[in-house]
Amino acid sequence: MLPDNEIRFDASGQAWLDQLVQRHQSRASQLLQILREIQEHFGHIPHRIVTELAQKLSIPRARIESVASFYSFLHLKPHGEYRVLFSDNITDRMLGSLPLMELMCQQLWLQPGKVSEDGLVSIGTTSCTGMCDQGPALLINGRSVTKLNHQRVQEIVQLIRNRTPLADWPADFFRVEDNIRRSGLLLDSALAPGELLRAALSSGALNVVESIKASGLRGRGGAGYFTGLKWEACRNAQGVEHYVVCNADEGEPGTFKDRVLLTRQPDLVFEGMTLCALAVGAKKGFLYLRGEYRYLLEPLQAVLQRRRNDKLLGTSILGQAGFDFDIEIHLGAGAYICGEESALIESLEGKRGVPRNRPPFPVTHGYLQQPTAVDNVETFCQAVLALHMGAEKYRAIGTAKSTGSKLISVSGDCQRPGIYEYPFGVSVREILRDCGAVNTLAVQVSGPSGVCVAESEFDRRLGFEDLPTAGAFMIFDDSRDLFEVARNFVHFFAHESCGFCTPCRVGTSILKQTMDKIAAGHGTRYDLSEVENLDRVLQTTSHCGLGRTACNPVLHTLKHFRPSYENKLKSLMFSPAFDLDGSLARARQMTGRNDAGAHLKEIE
Amino acid sequence: MSKKLRVATTSLAGCFGCHMSILDIDERLFPLLELIEFDRSPLTDIKHCGPCDIGLVEGGVCNAENVHVLHEFRKNCKILIAIGACAINGGLPAQRNHLDLGSCLTEVYLTEPGLMHGHIPNDPELPLPLDKVHPLHEVVKIDYFIPGCPPSADAIWKFLTDLIAGKTPELGHGLIKYD
Amino acid sequence: MKETFLLDGSTIPFEPGQTVIQAALAAGHYIPHLCYHPEFKPHGSCKLCTVKINGRTVASCTMPAEAGLQVESEIEELNALRRSLVQMLFAEGNHFCPSCEKSGNCLLQALGYDLEVHATGFRHLYPDRPLDASHPDILLDFNRCILCELCVRASSEVDGKNVFALSGRGITKHLIVNAESGKLSDTNISLTDKAMQVCPVGVILPKRVGFSVPIGERRYDQRPISAQALDDAPRQTDAGGNCAACEGTP
Repeated sequence: MLPDNEIRFDASGQAWLDQLVQRHQSRASQLLQILREIQEHFGHIPHRIVTELAQKLSIPRARIESVASFYSFLHLKPHGEYRVLFSDNITDRMLGSLPLMELMCQQLWLQPGKVSEDGLVSIGTTSCTGMCDQGPALLINGRSVTKLNHQRVQEIVQLIRNRTPLADWPADFFRVEDNIRRSGLLLDSALAPGELLRAALSSGALNVVESIKASGLRGRGGAGYFTGLKWEACRNAQGVEHYVVCNADEGEPGTFKDRVLLTRQPDLVFEGMTLCALAVGAKKGFLYLRGEYRYLLEPLQAVLQRRRNDKLLGTSILGQAGFDFDIEIHLGAGAYICGEESALIESLEGKRGVPRNRPPFPVTHGYLQQPTAVDNVETFCQAVLALHMGAEKYRAIGTAKSTGSKLISVSGDCQRPGIYEYPFGVSVREILRDCGAVNTLAVQVSGPSGVCVAESEFDRRLGFEDLPTAGAFMIFDDSRDLFEVARNFVHFFAHESCGFCTPCRVGTSILKQTMDKIAAGHGTRYDLSEVENLDRVLQTTSHCGLGRTACNPVLHTLKHFRPSYENKLKSLMFSPAFDLDGSLARARQMTGRNDAGAHLKEIE
Repeated sequence: MSKKLRVATTSLAGCFGCHMSILDIDERLFPLLELIEFDRSPLTDIKHCGPCDIGLVEGGVCNAENVHVLHEFRKNCKILIAIGACAINGGLPAQRNHLDLGSCLTEVYLTEPGLMHGHIPNDPELPLPLDKVHPLHEVVKIDYFIPGCPPSADAIWKFLTDLIAGKTPELGHGLIKYD
Repeated sequence: MKETFLLDGSTIPFEPGQTVIQAALAAGHYIPHLCYHPEFKPHGSCKLCTVKINGRTVASCTMPAEAGLQVESEIEELNALRRSLVQMLFAEGNHFCPSCEKSGNCLLQALGYDLEVHATGFRHLYPDRPLDASHPDILLDFNRCILCELCVRASSEVDGKNVFALSGRGITKHLIVNAESGKLSDTNISLTDKAMQVCPVGVILPKRVGFSVPIGERRYDQRPISAQALDDAPRQTDAGGNCAACEGTP
């Protein structure tokens, strides 16, 4: 019997589920949101409820299991009353996360990845939680805890042992600092809510599109597509409905600027979405918020409500008949791949977050196959500023092909990690100087899928002409081993591969094994050549950017820091990935033998 | 006539089916023996491999002795060939790989009534089993693979004659088989 | 006049809405493929059908045909990639051909033959994937699953039953069935379902009919897959819903 069959599902439970499903209008497209709430309520998604829910939504139960099992924050089996996930980005590790996790495991008598026998607690790791400027960090039952240290871990252990409800934990544990170190036109903006919208309404929707086009604004999520062209294509696309989607699934390890924007400038984000709605003719918008930022949900909903009260959302916005638009917030549940726009749309539709085949693109066939404009949090803010300043003044900031400013999330080895706003075109060296980085060996620009920049390239500039970036800027000084940095990123990609296509599903796992083999001292030159072969397959045949860039960390570090690999290799042409003598251990134990014949040397 | 190529063969965790298939090349063995001579092989009863041009290894690696023999072959053979399904992917013996070795030994020697009177054999003469069965290429570098369970005599003939003639071996339809 | 594109130097005509592989197969030009099945909407997951178009690599099953495209397929660079993909699939599952009822009729195996894949090359993952023999007439051997989703699609789109679904993510992704018990016997699958016919490998098998065709006479013993896939293109179902090209038709 599954232990979760013990979950009491009486009349009140039934009523709770009914109410939940009704609140989501019994729509299967709300499945992920429903599952997330069930997870929050029960601590997992009970077997019994999957069956009930399948009936209520008229979908096969296998579909519910299929969706739930895709997202790492959803559990189909009990996972402990307290579910602890240590953020496992390289920056957390550099701040000492692993010894802290070991300490917590020791004190609570359990192994990572396992649930304690009394069902009280489980401890594991998760991909970057976006707190790199105040790590090491962890998530407990979905809530972010920052600035972990020895003492804080001890206190958490006590609170868990005493079964103290999360609501009664010290608020200080959950405090998230903004750490704005350098601000510019975006972070300094003091536009009143609705100010720009009013102006845009008077000049007209077409004018919004034209002005954005003229501003040269490009998407801030990394790919850098021209926002004006996207809005125009979406506006011109035929459809029953048009949709606006804000991508706040900020999952690229080392990035946390959207977290700060959603905290400090939520009105700019929503104003930008509303402008976009006006431009493309949408009545409905979604903000897809990564599950790690669950704590922002209520504050953001309060902002939405205030904007509704102020007639900045809802029907007849600012009194303009026919201009109806509202925004719904969807939460993710631990899947980096949902940051890819078509996977995000699948996830919004309550499905597994698997990137779609393209073409067609979201601007013509997006949410529910309708024209959809998907833009990054920062892009919507920048759109407001571009309109406010006028194309000409906006274009004067930044560089010719990268107009405006960019938020950079600085973390790693420096004195002042945090958010820095610069006009595009800033050099790596300038940022290193401003944040107080010394003895810098390398900078990972734009996260694991980006570029590893070594000292000889510190004069390179951020922008679409040279180093395109979504904003991550992780700094490594000369005490760091760049091989370990790459290995951390390779583990990340293997964990986050959606598993749809062969090369990424299998290739990232093989790559991970190979990096682990090298780390364990079993590597040879043969393994380095295998990495190069894997890279060719992943880069050329993968379904989406995740697979296509999964080898980048290895290739870039091999290029600049080859000795950090070579000094771990054996001087052999080939060596097994496993310990030959160790693989006789079980047989030695079972037979009680320890003679010479019961041991193996690596090579004779 | 140039010097004959020296060839060694052995079977590790295999059934000697691939060796039977080698013998199945029948009368073509005679022209083959014009080109090669055997070193260590079940055909010669030479116990240890000396320097060879080609080594043919059947079967996967399932115990300590297999590792010793494979190392001996790798050290002495310029070209090492994995022959047959077991050598290439573990084959039948690898079907135990998802089981714990301890449970296997317990089941066979302790739980089930058998010959050992409740005792797992621990004679130092016996090679200890590895916790997993490995294909050859996971233990040493392998240069070529002849798939099949067993590969047909024709496939072996084609492969070896290509190799001896200095051509990259190709099997082609009908000769390449995984079963 | 029909519009055309170039495939390895040959002119390929196409209908609007066709993808590159659909037009190529219809015109008698083989492009290796595994998860693509002519009766289903292209899926694009196995990536075996990867081709080079104007220098970029794309899956030809999902790439819409366009006039004037320059498509390369039969080149060593692409076949090397395809070989690696086949090897990855062999390394991922437990493919013990000598004991498999589908051997000789298996698409994955036939592709391996045609691409001259001699070994897995990669380290085997040897996953633990227990069988489901609960159903009286049907066996599920998950060891051989390549996650092409053809059964998922067939059961949903043709049979209207949704017997199969995929669970998990990344390398842990696996096939599940639609039952509270998780067992096939508790689903409404039947031997006549389309889902029974489409598995390219040996996962979904009718019981008691294994090894019915002697070695030497099985489908891909006779001619390589590259020749036979063309015979079938465009493959269509007959009035009885049977697909001549599908193995395992009861």
